[in-house]
Amino acid sequence: MKRTVPLIITATVGVVLIVSNFIPDFRAWGEEATTFFSIIAAIAFVLGGGSLLKVHLRKISDRNAGWGYSIVVLGTFFATLAVGLLKIGVTPNPAFPDMPWAGDVQAQGTAFWWAYEYTFKPLTSTMFAMLAFYIASAAFRAFRAKNFEAMLLLGTAFIILLGRTFAGYFLTSWIPIDGPFSGLRIEELSVYIMQVFNTAGNRAIIIGIALGIASTSLKILMGLDRSYLGGGN
Amino acid sequence: MNRQNLGIIAVFLILGVLVAARAFVGDGMGRVYTKRETVTMVQVERPVLDPTLVGEGEADTTTEWVPEGSADARDFGTPSSATVSWQAVSPVQPADAFAAFESGDPQGIGLDWPRTIGLWVGAFFTLAIFSFLYKDNPFYKVAESVVVGVSAAYWMVVGFWDMIVPNLLGNLAPGFVQATFLPGLDATSPQWAYLIPATFGVLLLTRLLPKGQWLSLWTLAFIVGTTAALRMVAYIEGDFLSQVNATVQPVYQVVTNADGAVDGYATFWASVRQLTLLIGVLACLTYFFFSVEHKGAVGGVARLGIWFLMITFGAAFGFTVMGRIALLAARFEFLFDDWLWLIDPTNQRVVASAVGLLG
Amino acid sequence: MSFLQRLENADRRWVFLLMGLAVAVPIIYIGLTGKTLPEKATPLAESAFKVLDDLPSGSRILLAWDFDPASEGELGPMATSFIRQCSQKGHRMYFIALWPVGAQMIRSTTTKVIGGYYPDLEYGRDWVDLGFKAGNEAVIKTIATDFRQMFPADARGTSVASIPMMEGIASLADFDAIVNVSAGYPGSKEWVLYAATPLKKPLVVGCTGVQAPLMYPYVPVQVRGLLGAIKGAAEYESVVNDWVRADRIRLALVEGGMSETEAATIARELAADPKDAGAWTESAAAASLTPASKADILALAEDPTPGIFLEAQRRMGPQLVAHLLMIGLIVMGNVVFFASRRRGGGR
Repeated sequence: MKRTVPLIITATVGVVLIVSNFIPDFRAWGEEATTFFSIIAAIAFVLGGGSLLKVHLRKISDRNAGWGYSIVVLGTFFATLAVGLLKIGVTPNPAFPDMPWAGDVQAQGTAFWWAYEYTFKPLTSTMFAMLAFYIASAAFRAFRAKNFEAMLLLGTAFIILLGRTFAGYFLTSWIPIDGPFSGLRIEELSVYIMQVFNTAGNRAIIIGIALGIASTSLKILMGLDRSYLGGGN
Repeated sequence: MNRQNLGIIAVFLILGVLVAARAFVGDGMGRVYTKRETVTMVQVERPVLDPTLVGEGEADTTTEWVPEGSADARDFGTPSSATVSWQAVSPVQPADAFAAFESGDPQGIGLDWPRTIGLWVGAFFTLAIFSFLYKDNPFYKVAESVVVGVSAAYWMVVGFWDMIVPNLLGNLAPGFVQATFLPGLDATSPQWAYLIPATFGVLLLTRLLPKGQWLSLWTLAFIVGTTAALRMVAYIEGDFLSQVNATVQPVYQVVTNADGAVDGYATFWASVRQLTLLIGVLACLTYFFFSVEHKGAVGGVARLGIWFLMITFGAAFGFTVMGRIALLAARFEFLFDDWLWLIDPTNQRVVASAVGLLG
Repeated sequence: MSFLQRLENADRRWVFLLMGLAVAVPIIYIGLTGKTLPEKATPLAESAFKVLDDLPSGSRILLAWDFDPASEGELGPMATSFIRQCSQKGHRMYFIALWPVGAQMIRSTTTKVIGGYYPDLEYGRDWVDLGFKAGNEAVIKTIATDFRQMFPADARGTSVASIPMMEGIASLADFDAIVNVSAGYPGSKEWVLYAATPLKKPLVVGCTGVQAPLMYPYVPVQVRGLLGAIKGAAEYESVVNDWVRADRIRLALVEGGMSETEAATIARELAADPKDAGAWTESAAAASLTPASKADILALAEDPTPGIFLEAQRRMGPQLVAHLLMIGLIVMGNVVFFASRRRGGGR
């Protein structure tokens, strides 16, 4: 029961979706299945919040190292949840101002918007901006032209780095744009590299991945691959 | 106290002095202005102009809310009409705020304390994250904890209001949803089929329970089955067949001029391009064929494939670098423009404040 | 310790400082002087522009904003310029998001562009915000055949049945083009696989630097136009800015009594070289225009482009310096490595 029912569910929904793709009469079934999937995906956000709660509550109760920061996590979590779910600071909907719950919680000026604009936005943007520093450090410490393949990689990277900025244009602006050697201008070279070499390499990767996904999906739908059920089966 | 800690304190002090000094030079820094206006809506009964739209037994008027002072409010409003008022807040550029203050009639424009405090909170968090570059420290840890908590709650709230309410509750209890959260929704009869995702959703949440977690596997099976079926068809059509189709194109690519004559030079290079593309794809695919030993002719072609892939990865590295730097540039723009008011590329403030700083 | 040895053991925080300065100094310089580097559009940026320009005014464009603040630095300028081109052209814009925070991206970009520069566009008739839906590619798969099942109401809670511009929209097939700005999953690849390929819809994609190389194989059949990273954004921005300037001049000329064809030609010339506008208004070619029309045209030609439509071009300055720094760091790292290897103490 514990393992058979999930396999039946997987196979059933899979068959419904594949059949609905090819037989128009069953299209509505496929649309229902994908809509149900979307709703479950939204409920998965609740699961994410719940997991966060579980982990950090345990950390606080066990007084593990850094449990003070878990209080910050949970404090901000509940504060944001409260202002969002209770629609605190939300102005009425102009079309239905007599209905207090009809306002737009994400509109500018609400407490939820404040949490997004002044905490979520600067924090997430800055976290990703940090990668620029790490990539510079990695470039200095790790990128070594130890063999021909590495030199090919770095040489291409140099052409792209120059060609995608004004430097590339500036360095080879003396090559006439209309002449037979215009392809040697760095910005033209970078376009050529992307449109030919990069396309060829990524196309092969895409084709390989597509075949892999097709076979893995088939194995999952037929019940041959049960790794998603856990338990080492 | 060791030298490193002394250095950190010195940096903080210098930064603090610089920020304090900046706050008193020119127009200052880090302020957000808004305009507050009272909005009043009036409930009116407006007649339906097209009689064909009125069904049998239905009223020939519609109830609507219109802005007070509008033509409809004057024409159809009565002294007993219901009204609702609230404060609407809209952002104002500092330049417009300064002009309003100078004119002596701000008309509701003023410093917005919550947003100004928010701006400084945002700047503090930005610097706290950057401080990790020097050393891990409590400010960074606090900022990290805040983002974890806020983002988890943000996703939950958005998922609830944008998906669960309209698409799940709106189908299971349309009357209730229309009467409370989404009055603009068309109320139809309940669609009981939506009990299926509701049930699966509840089963998914059993993952949080100490016992009964195996029930969540049913929902997981639904998710995996849907994803596998969608991807199998889409990847075969979009990635496999379409990409093979795009590769198997004539090697001889004719390029004609505007007058219809064949451009030999362009045709030659277009054909070279297509041939290189074809060879590249085949060579890379040969490399990925690991069930055949890469020796002899196969080895040679696989080596060519590796070279194509190295060029591909080099291009990917170049683009990745480009992407990361743009994100850093955006953060510095926030600090220098929105917070410190050092630069003003979008002309939000009087230009003189930045030029004044240069003396 | 020799200089090379010091470099080999250098604290990586010095590299961080160099990168910080490489980005911060150009931003301050460009912010104070307003000078940006010239941008020449590549064929991909021009194709992206052409897809939307070739469609007749009033076409239905689905704009999917699948990004968040973390990638707004790269993708924000693209989104802004897409809205600008669609607004100026008179296309009907339908905004959706597959990322939870994408809904805020829709609000901020529409407020900036439509609210700031096209206030005459009416919500519900010229543009509509349909908001975010969870489900990743399942959303695309559903709306490919039944749009309203996934979007029963817009982001403000109004039923789509009562939104005028939703009339006639039953599925993705009813749109004339799809524009996707994407930062990852779900994003441009999903739009290619579940919308552009099966429905053969024109798709224009703006994506991050990490994603862009992966999208090239889809060009030009599955993806008609591709803007990759901030460079793609800068190129597209410059194309749109020039076109909007020319289009505004053209409309002013037509309003002044000139024929469409003549107005289009003159507008393009004046937009390409705004310094000639003054001389042109004094010439015989402008004799039929009233002084008020001439003043309008002069203003349209010479007025600076608003700063929000030059974001990507401003960010190309720090890109240039940072790229040169990266090349320098890689070269220096290799010099240090090979030198230490020759010394016999390599890593």
